Amino acid sequence: MASSKSDALANFPESLYEGTLDCVHCGLCLTHCPTYRVTGRESSSPRGRIYMMRGVAEGDLPFDQTIADELHLCLGCRACESACPSGVEYGSLLEAGRAAAAEAGLRPGVRHRLEGLALRHVLPAPRRLRAFTTFLDWAQRLKLDSWLTAVWPRGLRRAWSLLPPVPPRAARRPLPQFTPAEGPRRGCVALHEGCLMPELFGAVNRATVRVLSRNGYDVVVPQGQRCCGALLAHAGDLDSARSLARQNVKAFTSDASFDMVLSNSAGCGAALRETHHWLPEDGAALSSRVRDVCEWLDEVGLRAPLGHLPLRVAYDDPCHLVHAQQVAAAPRRLLEKIPGLELLQHRDAEACCGAAGTYGLLQPEMSAPILEAKIQSLAEVEPEVVATGNPGCLLQIRSGAEERDLPFRVLHPIELIDAAHHAAS
Amino acid sequence: MRSRNRTSSGSTRDGWIDALRKIVGPDACLTSQAELYAYACDGLTLDPHQPEVVVLPQSTEEVAEVVRACRAAGRAFLPRGAGTGLSGGAHPLNDAVVISCARMNQILNLDPRDRLAIVQPGVVNADLSVAARSEGLFYAPDPSSQQACTIGGNVAENSGGPHTLKYGTTTNHILALELVLPDGSVVQLGSATGGATGYDLLGACVGSEGTTGIVTEITVRLEPLPEAVETLLVIFDGVPDACRLVGRIIRGGLVPAALEVVDRRTVEAVEASVYRAGLPQEAGAVLILELDGPACALPAQIEHIRALADEAGAQEIRVAADETERTRFWRARKGAFGAMGRLAPDLYVHDAVVPRGRLPEILEEICAIGDRYRLKLSNVFHAGDGNLHPNISFDRRDPDELERVIAAGREILEVCVAAGGVLTGEHGVGTEKRDYMGMLFGPDDLEAMKKLRATFDPEGVCNPGKIIPSTRACLESNPKARGYDRVPFT
Repeated sequence: MASSKSDALANFPESLYEGTLDCVHCGLCLTHCPTYRVTGRESSSPRGRIYMMRGVAEGDLPFDQTIADELHLCLGCRACESACPSGVEYGSLLEAGRAAAAEAGLRPGVRHRLEGLALRHVLPAPRRLRAFTTFLDWAQRLKLDSWLTAVWPRGLRRAWSLLPPVPPRAARRPLPQFTPAEGPRRGCVALHEGCLMPELFGAVNRATVRVLSRNGYDVVVPQGQRCCGALLAHAGDLDSARSLARQNVKAFTSDASFDMVLSNSAGCGAALRETHHWLPEDGAALSSRVRDVCEWLDEVGLRAPLGHLPLRVAYDDPCHLVHAQQVAAAPRRLLEKIPGLELLQHRDAEACCGAAGTYGLLQPEMSAPILEAKIQSLAEVEPEVVATGNPGCLLQIRSGAEERDLPFRVLHPIELIDAAHHAAS
Repeated sequence: MRSRNRTSSGSTRDGWIDALRKIVGPDACLTSQAELYAYACDGLTLDPHQPEVVVLPQSTEEVAEVVRACRAAGRAFLPRGAGTGLSGGAHPLNDAVVISCARMNQILNLDPRDRLAIVQPGVVNADLSVAARSEGLFYAPDPSSQQACTIGGNVAENSGGPHTLKYGTTTNHILALELVLPDGSVVQLGSATGGATGYDLLGACVGSEGTTGIVTEITVRLEPLPEAVETLLVIFDGVPDACRLVGRIIRGGLVPAALEVVDRRTVEAVEASVYRAGLPQEAGAVLILELDGPACALPAQIEHIRALADEAGAQEIRVAADETERTRFWRARKGAFGAMGRLAPDLYVHDAVVPRGRLPEILEEICAIGDRYRLKLSNVFHAGDGNLHPNISFDRRDPDELERVIAAGREILEVCVAAGGVLTGEHGVGTEKRDYMGMLFGPDDLEAMKKLRATFDPEGVCNPGKIIPSTRACLESNPKARGYDRVPFT
């Protein structure tokens, strides 16, 4: 434990300390923070966490386990950034704070350590990830879970319940490296396919390619692209995240033939867009070219015809789209264009669902009430489909709906657009 | 994984903390150093003090038991809402125990027939208006921090907000309170019907900054939503011009819902933030003016204001096109304080009231004081009420600058009081203005206040060190005793 002033400062990079000074302690962030709303504790609020980090940097406070735990209790949803008039870059402070905690030897719990292993060695390694999904596939087919989970601790059972049925192998095959535009060509875009998306949401990736191609874009899936590193950075492993970011900069900037790098996963999109935070030297070359797929389609306009889709749809904002990328209207505008589709308004659409990357697995006690509030607000408007553009949120809301036996389906907005295109043809 | 109830030691010295823990539950009793650090100050970051314990009770009974346990252990205590206050009212002096109302956040009853709501103190101000909206009602006091601040905190500080001009401050909207007195007994003050019999003890408690007890239930009056609302931006070369228009509007017999002046430095900070609303950055001052009432009445009022604005030399008038733009203007106005964080790490939000007619000259004096002390001073204020908020951006790590901030603040208050004004319009006295009370009140006034307070809290254990200065500080703060007899005890 670092308690003397010099030790504390050694663990706190100057940029982190400087960042905490942007906060004038106005408190407007409090009610936007899911962990504050659940606990009512100011130490579990953005303002409290920033104030504690400043206290450590100024030598008023030892950097202790309580602070490390509060940093890990944060979902990293960054709703506070959307409320902060002073422009505090809370997401960056959180990553740096967690990294500093790790350096100070403040060990997170067992779950976090397991997470660290999985994040470093499985997610960014496509072959290991594929091996894991294959195992999962077999386990689900053999219904291992029914007898295994009976003896598992609650946290692990919850983790298991979050995993969706593994899609058939055909849906997990790699995306084509190049898909030509249909009809008159408007340009060329590159797709970041993500690490989890191809394994669990291959259908979304395929729908994304189809929609882009139908709307006049060649779609390139550059080889050499890697996991975005967001989950690693959120866990405080900035070094590994930087190394992945470097490879992505190379993969996406060595070829200038495409107009934009698109992501259909809010968490990855946010990380790619902020590559320059991790790599101040050459990150901007990538981050300035990244857009969310819905944002891009809204910007350039849908060209392919949209068929009738008579559905009641609630759009739920992924935190890393609405707060980290400030994209809220674009997906709604796209969905509203679909004939017959009724876009519903539910309470707190921009509030976190409690998925927050691996958070649902690591902090089940906090994640559960946050998910419960989300499901409740969705249930009130009785949707047939909930649309949201991030794998974590898709899994989380799906599991919450299943738990309460609610009849709605959870889809990526791009799947609805794809279905509407299909209905028109 | 983690135990929340770490104590500094398990010795018998902490027996009383164990008693608190038993009352509220281990997860609602905070004792670790870092957790307590987060409760050392509110929106005023000067002079923080850590509490010895923080408890988060969930019911009136728990609050009463906590108060009794504190008394038994000889500890002082104070209530805390969201900690967005700006006068240090929630700073725990004397190691006081913080009784946080954050978990007492239920709207207990919303009665559209009698247009009232009964709420717990931790209900967020804006949430109440959202809940009342479906009944065609709203809760009128709207402090800038309304998206975070609590009704309990508003009661303690008698908070205002932009719409105070037409609707009044918190005290005009409180019908009844449930109060845990400092001896642990629970009393009801006021009544839901709003009728007053005998002394107005309810009035004495609103704005008492938590020195008369812990409020545990609040009955508030709700207002019907106006049929129509129009929000205008009137753009001026400078703040004094905007203030002159305010004078003309009031003299012209109009009662706008709000009249807010925002100066150039503030507009620049807000426009750089997430609350940007397209306010003109090149203008010297922007007057945000809101009219509400029957739809048929507003067009004529707007014309009247246009004529007055032309006379006052306004550059331009913009009327908000729709509800979205209106909301944007207000979000920008209300995000203004926090946006000042873009200029410096700390912000001192001053709060004083002056006679409306003297606004132009006093603002010039205030700006001159800022310049003289070489400070970044900006003005964003409730012009219609003459309620000024000179904001000083500074860095508390620079002792020389800090000294200048304090000196300038004092001089600003002296100017306001000399002009016939008062020390605070809506932020309260807290620790910030406690030692300036002598500028406005004589020893007899202060003695009367002390006696009133002692009626509720004879031993001074409830939020100690707030509002009333020590005798010595009082004499030091104003040896010339200016205005002692002129401004009576209010």
